Amino acid sequence: MIVKRTLVTVLMVSFALTLGLVPAAPAADTIKIGEINTYSKLTNFTFPYRNGWQLALAEINAAGGVNGKQLEVISRDDAGKPGTAVTIAEELVTKDRVALLMGSFFSHVGLAMTDFAKRNKVLYVAAEPLSDALVWAKGNRYTFRLRPSTYMQAAMLAAKAAKNPAKRWATIAPNYAYGKDAVKSFKKVLKALRPDVEFVAEQWPALFKINAGSEIQALAAAKPEAVYNVTFGGDLAKFVREGTLRGFFKDVFMVSLLTGEPEYIDPLKGEAPEGWLVTGYPWYDIKTAAHDKFLAAYQKKYNDYPRTGSVVGYNTMMAVAEMLKKAGTTDTEKMVDTMEGLTYDSPTGPVHFRKIDHQSTMGAYVGYTALKDGKGVMVDWNYADGKDFLPSDDEVRKLRAK
Amino acid sequence: MGFYIVQLLTGLSDASALFLVACGLSLIFGVSRIVNLAHGSFYMVGAYIAYTLIDRLPQGPFSFWVGILLAATAVGLIGVIVEVLLLRRLYHTPELFILFATFGVVLIIQDLSRWLFGAEDLLGQQAPGFSGSIDIMGSYIPQYDIVLIIIAPAILAGLWLLLTKTRWGILVRAATEDREMSDALGVNQTRLFTSVFFLGSFLAGLGGAVQLPKGGADLLMDLNIIATAFVVVVVGGMGSIPGAFLAAVIIGELNAFGVLVFPESTLVLMFLVMAVVLIIRPYGLLGKKEAPEHGGTAGDESVLRPASGKLKIAGLALLVLVAVLPAFVGTFQLVLLIEIALFSLACMSLYFIMGPGGMVSFGHAAYFGGGAYIAALLVHYLQTPMELALFLAPLLTGFLALIIGWFCVRLTGVYLAMLTLAFAQICWSIVFQWGEFTGGDDGILSIWPSDWASEKIVFYYLTMILCLGGILVLRHFIFTPFGYTLRACRDSALRVDSIGINLQRHQWFAFAIAGAFAGLAGGLYVFSKGSIFPDEMAIPRSFDFLFMVLLGGVESLFGPIAGSAAFTWLHDTISRINLWQLVLGCIFIVLVVVFPMGIAGSIGSRLSRFFRPR
Repeated sequence: MIVKRTLVTVLMVSFALTLGLVPAAPAADTIKIGEINTYSKLTNFTFPYRNGWQLALAEINAAGGVNGKQLEVISRDDAGKPGTAVTIAEELVTKDRVALLMGSFFSHVGLAMTDFAKRNKVLYVAAEPLSDALVWAKGNRYTFRLRPSTYMQAAMLAAKAAKNPAKRWATIAPNYAYGKDAVKSFKKVLKALRPDVEFVAEQWPALFKINAGSEIQALAAAKPEAVYNVTFGGDLAKFVREGTLRGFFKDVFMVSLLTGEPEYIDPLKGEAPEGWLVTGYPWYDIKTAAHDKFLAAYQKKYNDYPRTGSVVGYNTMMAVAEMLKKAGTTDTEKMVDTMEGLTYDSPTGPVHFRKIDHQSTMGAYVGYTALKDGKGVMVDWNYADGKDFLPSDDEVRKLRAK
Repeated sequence: MGFYIVQLLTGLSDASALFLVACGLSLIFGVSRIVNLAHGSFYMVGAYIAYTLIDRLPQGPFSFWVGILLAATAVGLIGVIVEVLLLRRLYHTPELFILFATFGVVLIIQDLSRWLFGAEDLLGQQAPGFSGSIDIMGSYIPQYDIVLIIIAPAILAGLWLLLTKTRWGILVRAATEDREMSDALGVNQTRLFTSVFFLGSFLAGLGGAVQLPKGGADLLMDLNIIATAFVVVVVGGMGSIPGAFLAAVIIGELNAFGVLVFPESTLVLMFLVMAVVLIIRPYGLLGKKEAPEHGGTAGDESVLRPASGKLKIAGLALLVLVAVLPAFVGTFQLVLLIEIALFSLACMSLYFIMGPGGMVSFGHAAYFGGGAYIAALLVHYLQTPMELALFLAPLLTGFLALIIGWFCVRLTGVYLAMLTLAFAQICWSIVFQWGEFTGGDDGILSIWPSDWASEKIVFYYLTMILCLGGILVLRHFIFTPFGYTLRACRDSALRVDSIGINLQRHQWFAFAIAGAFAGLAGGLYVFSKGSIFPDEMAIPRSFDFLFMVLLGGVESLFGPIAGSAAFTWLHDTISRINLWQLVLGCIFIVLVVVFPMGIAGSIGSRLSRFFRPR
C-alpha cells in the first residue's frame, strides 16, 4: 500500500512538474540546435551518424565555437515515427528554443519535418532522408538536404550501367517509397541513355521481411542479363547469400544501390559479392588531405572506422556551423538566405547548397565490389560529384512548381 | 519443371522456419492463455546467442549444432526467469495485463540486446556440410533448405510424442482442454506452467538459431517475426501444434508462389489468408472452441455505476482545469495536451468495445488512421473545409467499422482480436500500396486547420470540446439501455440469448460506434500534426491504444484518460535518455505488478468509498 501511494504521488507530482515547466530562457553564449533521428531503430546507421556530428561539434567548440558562441545540440529520438518527430520538433522549437532543426533518417519522417518547417518557418537541414520529394515536389524555402538523393544516386549508377551491353534488365527493391523512387529514377535515366534496354521483371519484397529464396527464383524465371538491386541491411544479406547459393549471380551483371557502404557490405564479410556496380564509401582508399584529417580524428575519438553515416553526420554539423558563421545571427530568414548557395569544404570534397532546390551537391563514390582479405571492398571507384547528376534547372523548376 | 519443384521446396523451407517460431507460441497459449509478445524477442535472442556461441566454439559441424542447442536452452532458461519473476505474479489478473507485461519484456530485451550484441547486423554462419546447393533439373536449391524441411516435421513429431506419450504431455493437454479442472484434480499448475514456458521459449530460441544460415541476427527481428508467428498460430488454431504446421505450410507456399504472380503481395498476403480462414473457420483450421471457464466471468469486472454527485463535482473540476490550463502552460504543453486528449478519445472508444463490450481489438488503429486518412484525403482532393472533414471522418469511419465489425462479431476472444488485426493490416496495406491516391508511405502533407482554428490555443479548445464531448457521449452510451444490454452480452451470452436479445447485432453496433469516435480522434489528429502517414494505421499504433487502456485500467471509466495521459507523458519524458526503452519497459512492468487494475482502477478502488453514491 505504501509503495502504491508513494508511486502515485511520485507519478502525479512529476507529471504536474513536466506539464508546468516554463520554457527556460536561452543562455546568451550558446546557440542551441535541435537534432532528431531514429536512435532506437536502425542503429547500424544512426549510431555512426551520431558519432559523426558529435565529432564535428567537439571540433567546432574546441576551436572557439561560432562567432564566439558555443554550439549546443539537443538530440532526440523519434523512434522512426513521423508523428513523434513532429511533436519533438514542436517541443524543441517552442520549449527548448532551438535556432534550427537537423537530422532524420527515414524519408517519411523527413517529409513530415519538411512540412513542419514550412508551416512554422523553422530552418530544417535534412541529413539522411533520400526521398526526391523532400526538395522537389514537397520542397520549400525552409528545408535543405545534405545527402545525394535517390534520384542522384540512381543516376550515378545508371550512367555507368549504361556502358554494360546488357539489354534485359530486372529490378528488386523494398516495397516502400524509397525503393519505388530508386527504381523509377534508375529506369528513367538508363532508358534515356540506352533506349534499347528493356525491363523484364520487377520484384517488391516487404522491407526487412524478404523471402530471399522465392525472390531470387522469381527473378531467375525472367532470365535477365542484368539486375538492379535496392534492398539493403538484413534483406541484402539474405539476398546475397541465397543468390550465391542458387548460382544466380554467375551470369548476371549486378547494379546495387548503397551496397558499397560499410554499414551494408561489412556484415557480409567474406561473402560480399564481387564485381557488383555500387555506390558506397571506400574510407580505406580515399587519400585526400581533408579526408585523412577526418579519418584520423574519427579513429582517435572512437577507436573505430567511419561509416557513411559518420560522414553524413559530420558534414551536416559542419554545414550548419559554416552557415551560422556566415549568417552571424539565428534569425531564420537570414539563416535560410545564407544557406542558399552556401559552399564549404567537407572531408569528401566541396559541398554546395543549391539555391534553386536546396539540395546539396555532396556526391557519392561509385565503383565495383571486390573481396580483399576476406572483406568486401570497393575498387575502381571514382567520386561522382552530385552537381553532375541533377536534372536541368528547368526541370527542377517544374518539379518544385507549386 | 525444375523451377516449380525448387519453388515448392523453397516455400516448404520458409514454412519450416515459420513453424519453429509458431509452435512454441501455440504451446504457451494453449496452456496458460498468455498472449506472449516477448516470443519474438526470445527468437531474436536465440539468434544472437547462437551466433556468438558458434563464433567462439571451434569450427566444425559438431560445434554448429551444439551451439544451436545451447542457445535454445539458454533462451528456454531466460523464459523460465521471466515466468518465475514476472508472469507468475500476474496469473490472477486478466490475461490482457499479462500481454502488457510481456510488452515490457520486449522493450527491455530490445535495449539489452543492443547493449550486449552491438548495433550492427550480423550475417549468420553457414551450416558446415550444408553450405552448398543441389541442382534440380537446372535450378539450384541450397542444401540447408532441405535440412530445414526435415527439421520442422521432426520437431512436430517430437512434440506429438511428448504430448501424447508422456505423463507430462497428458497434463499439458488436460490443462489446455480445461485448466480449472486439471487444477481441481491436483495437478501442480505452477510447475506445469513453468515447464511449458521453458519448452515454448526453447522452441523460440531454436527457431532463431536454426534460421542463422538463412539470414542472421539483427535488432528488428523481434517485432518483424511476432506478427507473423501470431498469424500462423491463429490460422492453425490456438493451442494446436499440427494446426500451426499446416498454417505454416499454407502461408509459406502462398508466399513462394505469390511473388511470381503479384510481387507486391508479400505485404498483405498473410493477413488475407488469416481473414479468410477466420471468416470460414472461427477457431482456425484445427482449433477447438475454448472451453468455457466454469466460474463465468462474473466478478472479473466491477460494476460500472453512474456518476455520484461527488464524482460529478470532481469531473467538473477537471473540466475547469482543462479550460484554464492554457493560461499557465507554454505552447508545447498545449501540443502535448492536445495529443493526450486525442488519444484519450481513441482509447475511450477502444475501451467502449473492450470494457462494456467485452471485445478486444488489436486493430483499432484502422479507425484512428482511417479517420485521419479520410479527413486528409477530403482536404487534399476536394479542398473540403476542416469543419466538414471533421464531420465526415467519423461518419465514414463508422461505415468502415460497420463493414469490419460484421465479420468480427461472429468470433470471440483472441480470434476476434486477431481478425480485427487482419482487417487493420489490410486497410494499412491498401493505404501503403495505393501510392497514386494516398501518397503511400510518403503520406499526405500540409493538412492544417482552418484559419480561425490555426492558433494553437484555439485548436486546443476545439480539440478539448470535441474529445471531452466524445468521451462524455461514449460514457453516456454505457448507461443507456443499449449499454446495459451490451454489458449483459459480455457477461452471459447464454442468458442474453434466452431472453431474446440479438447479441451479435448489439456488438456490431458497438463496433461501429467505437469506430466512429476513433475516426473523430483520427480526424483531429491529422489537423494537429499537419500530415498523415500509414504508420498511424499500423500494428504498433493499435497496440499503443491497447496499452494505454490497460495502463489506465479497464475497470474505470476514467481509465482511458489516465492511461493515455500517462503513456504519452512517459514516452515524451523518457525518450530523452539513452536506453529509454529499457527504462520504459521496467516502468511498465512495475506498473502492471503494482497496479494490477491499472492506474485509474487502483486509485478509483481506494477512493471508491468517497465517490460511491449514497
